[in-house]
Amino acid sequence: MIDIMKEIIASLFIVCGMFFFFVGVVGLIRMPDVFCRMHATTKCDTMGAGLIFTGLIVWQGATFVSLNILLVLVFIWLTNPTAAHYIAKAEYMTSILLTMEE
Amino acid sequence: MIEYVIIGCVIFLVLLSFVGLYRAYKGPTAADRIVAINVISTKITVVIVLIALWIKQGSYVNVALIYAMIGFITTIGVAKYLLKGRLDT
Repeated sequence: MIDIMKEIIASLFIVCGMFFFFVGVVGLIRMPDVFCRMHATTKCDTMGAGLIFTGLIVWQGATFVSLNILLVLVFIWLTNPTAAHYIAKAEYMTSILLTMEE
Repeated sequence: MIEYVIIGCVIFLVLLSFVGLYRAYKGPTAADRIVAINVISTKITVVIVLIALWIKQGSYVNVALIYAMIGFITTIGVAKYLLKGRLDT
């Protein structure tokens, strides 16, 4: 009984994470500007990876493997906003330089 | 039951990676390509963890950690080259 409940909750988390990844890719294709695309993709990537890894941790239980998955999740949550911030800074500075040259 | 959900999630994420590759091929600026490659890197990390748990080899999760590190360093390196025009400072 408890295994069935665990699998149902994990499946729900994984399906919600797939939805967030889908929304991120739709924003990546459809948005008009670099900053709009980053607004769509970065948050949805962080949220989708968090939900899918949370579902897998719920399915695995308290083992060493779930500790490893939690490590990957914390690493993604640290590095993904940092990379997005740096890309936005690079694009902003280069576009400012281009408009100043004109 | 959850095995089918994991297989479906892997197939769905691989298809989404190919859709995101369109933006990496077509993107007007260099930052578009960097954003698309960053998205694909996160998706492949999730796919590696899902496959590692599907075939019940828990130690393969470390591969996903190393892949996340490599993707982060790639993104930071290309963005720094875009910002400064050089990599030695």
